[in-house]
Amino acid sequence: MLKAKVDDVFREPGCATNRGKTDKQRKAGCAKQLTPGAAAGGCAFDGAKIALQPITDCIHLVHGPIGCEGNSWDSRHVKSSGPQVFRTGATTDMGEFDIIGGGEKRLYRAIKEAFARFNPPAVFVYQTCVPAMIGDDIETVCRVAAEKLGKPVIPVNAPGFAGSKNLGNKLGGEALLDHVIGTREPERTTPCDINILGDYNVAGELWQVEPLLERLGIRILGRVTGDARYHDVTVAHRARVSMLVCSQALINVARKLDERYGIPFFEGSFYGATDTSAALRTMATMLMERGAPADLGQRTEALIAEQEAALADALAVYRDRFRGRRALLYTGGHKSWAVISALQDLGITVIGTSVRKSTDGDKDRARALMGEQGVLFDQLAPKEMYRMLKEGEADIMLSGGRSQFIALKARTPWLDMNQERHHAYAGYAGVLALAGEIDKALANPIWRTLRAPAPWEQAVEEGRS
Amino acid sequence: MTVVQPSVKALAINPLKMSQTLGGAMAFLGLDRAMPLLHGSQGCTAFGLVLLVRHFREAIPFQTTAMNEVTTILGGLDNLEQACRNIHKRTACRVIGICTTGLIETRGEDLEGDLRLIRSRNPDLADVALIPVSTPDFAGALETGWSKAVAAMVGQLVLPAAGRRSDQINILAGSHLSPGDIEEIREMTEAFGLTPVILPDLGLSLDGHVPGRHVATTLGGTTLEAIGGMGASCHTVAIGRHMAAAAERLHERCAVPFTVLEGLVGLPAVDDFVRLLQTVSGRPAPSALRRSRSQLEDAMLDGHFFFGGTRIALAAEPDLLLSLATFCTDLGARVVSAVTSTTSASLSKVPAPSVTIGDMDDLECQARAAGAQLLITHSHGRMAAERLGIPLFRVGFPIFDRLGAAHLRTVGYRGARDLIFAIGNLLIEQAHDPVPGQWAEGIGPAMRET
Repeated sequence: MLKAKVDDVFREPGCATNRGKTDKQRKAGCAKQLTPGAAAGGCAFDGAKIALQPITDCIHLVHGPIGCEGNSWDSRHVKSSGPQVFRTGATTDMGEFDIIGGGEKRLYRAIKEAFARFNPPAVFVYQTCVPAMIGDDIETVCRVAAEKLGKPVIPVNAPGFAGSKNLGNKLGGEALLDHVIGTREPERTTPCDINILGDYNVAGELWQVEPLLERLGIRILGRVTGDARYHDVTVAHRARVSMLVCSQALINVARKLDERYGIPFFEGSFYGATDTSAALRTMATMLMERGAPADLGQRTEALIAEQEAALADALAVYRDRFRGRRALLYTGGHKSWAVISALQDLGITVIGTSVRKSTDGDKDRARALMGEQGVLFDQLAPKEMYRMLKEGEADIMLSGGRSQFIALKARTPWLDMNQERHHAYAGYAGVLALAGEIDKALANPIWRTLRAPAPWEQAVEEGRS
Repeated sequence: MTVVQPSVKALAINPLKMSQTLGGAMAFLGLDRAMPLLHGSQGCTAFGLVLLVRHFREAIPFQTTAMNEVTTILGGLDNLEQACRNIHKRTACRVIGICTTGLIETRGEDLEGDLRLIRSRNPDLADVALIPVSTPDFAGALETGWSKAVAAMVGQLVLPAAGRRSDQINILAGSHLSPGDIEEIREMTEAFGLTPVILPDLGLSLDGHVPGRHVATTLGGTTLEAIGGMGASCHTVAIGRHMAAAAERLHERCAVPFTVLEGLVGLPAVDDFVRLLQTVSGRPAPSALRRSRSQLEDAMLDGHFFFGGTRIALAAEPDLLLSLATFCTDLGARVVSAVTSTTSASLSKVPAPSVTIGDMDDLECQARAAGAQLLITHSHGRMAAERLGIPLFRVGFPIFDRLGAAHLRTVGYRGARDLIFAIGNLLIEQAHDPVPGQWAEGIGPAMRET
């Protein structure tokens, strides 16, 4: 079952990388072989949880020993406008006897307890390595539990050893396609209903964009899965257009929604004014092709003009301060180019970006944006990163939490650009917020203080002179 | 004897517990130029890494054997070998601490056998200590993994001693000690003219300093040479019952006499340690230490008003639970809920009506039922505290939503003094002003002591 799913995801025809491959290459899969002792990044379970946990009114139950949930819960800053149930850490915490005797009965009891205690509209059950090895059949347990308890119980079959975080995102998406999307009908539909796929409302970023859509009369019908209630996912099959935000994570969901329900999709980003405007334009055009009011295009242009002007005005104060500043970018996926675009809007030069988890399309876009000066890194050794920053090749680094201390220990400003971040950077408001954060980081007086020599270092220098 | 009861739920809600694997790997972070290597799928390492980085706010060396579906079927030998070779090639490491995950132990891998084979096939790895520890996450908890890892370090790295050094003392540091705690223990020991060998020594590796260069392994921590020489020490002090196994192993190998202290939090516990240091060193306590004891006495006098009768709900790993429950009850507070992660001999001594082996949800429910006024646990208790509407004092690991976790010092006279002030201030902030009508019913049920 798992193998078939993984193969299916690897064969994804919606993926530009895949289209460029031969049959043989496609069969080999797109998972890069990890190097033992030199690998970083999450597993498939992690990826599936990232993709699905933002469904805020559900219990996300991890079937496995304590490491999978005990070491990871309450670590992602995705936000909810209502229910907080999704933040509950829930696991079967399998012990030795469960390994010996099988964990299925414990899992069933745990599902029952989850409904009794929290009354969620559905429970998501995540498979992990150990129960997968001993043959716990979570799909059957979930089916039986759903029948007996009368509520949806969704198996998410993405044990860690299946592959990377990215594969896990897709397997999480498959679980939605198989068990959730299309299981209910919306109370009403409008010609301006869209799906947002692959945005998880990290730090509340969706709330920077949704008011703009509301002003245009565009409704997010299917939320996959940022700030979603279970119901918001079930009705995604009735939207007119899907916007795929994170190009790699849920391409399979976008493509299959198109295939099964005739919902066309486009890839876009809400990072940076340029990309936000482009996304709004594409969205409006596609909706109009599918029956939205003919003035939607005009109203969109008016909104874009208004917001861009307001943003330019608000950013004026930063332009002088940012002139000549250089940034090193170390993120992944679509962020590699989306953030470059956002930084360039601010007048900051990007001297390099990582393209670790990016598609060829992502890389081309990054290359085109940066021009000849910028460097694309597949992998940047921490030591080299430290040297670059220490020697002042960049004024600021934007990256995920893991490389944070390389920058800070090199006494260089740093800004969090990963899913653990606390600040929201989407839409026009996000550009302003990003500018504000960059300014705070660059302008902080500690850098001068910290780069000054210690008393004893000064003494030595004075002695020499 | 306190009654210890396991949670009866099939569903663990808001886990208190973290894996043994993580505990074992954390212990290796206290060795100099070390690399913890989790033998399992890459997610195990990624989760542990994120948690460690959030707590210490430091770059953390942490590697994985990156097991996948195929190698899980065929066996982990090749991945383990490649991982050791790659780490050796890319870093100047001297120790690789190999901690197994549930995946490897469920397969039933012969780790010792695998390592013998790897050794014989890779003579160039001769300068690296490869230390395997069995730490599946389906058993034990953080503390258990730490305990096993330190016992393994002692078993593999301590060399037979030619003689005794009367000025050298071993300190086996439990998982409940912060880098700040270790610093305090080092200073106290040195104040008696003794040279401490602290194992593991997070105080040197994760105390949060700016080193001026980038190193891919740990930088600072107990050196291999220092561990090798532990057999020559005149005494071993194990801090925390979970350090007893390592002390016993050191005793078996090198006949170093040892003392197991339950903890170093609070005046009676610190007095025991100081008595021991006096005996071992043959020196009287220095005046600075006497002064800090006197300050602690004064802090107890000033602070006891706020602790007396206060209902506290406490959740922590067994030895930390025992230390803190004792500390609070010694100041007159009542521990109305005590929750821990795994079984331990320490639990029967916890001064509480009972100890539950359970999760944050057990803590929250018990705290609500008992009308607790203060929650003491790690950062994952923040949502429970919010729902209960009572303050949370963060202890142990992880503390990811406060600064200075590495420097939270609770041991020694000074640590206890600071702890009284920190907790006492939270209680002062919570004190309720009297309101009219409060005594309207005369002596009602609310006024009776339960």
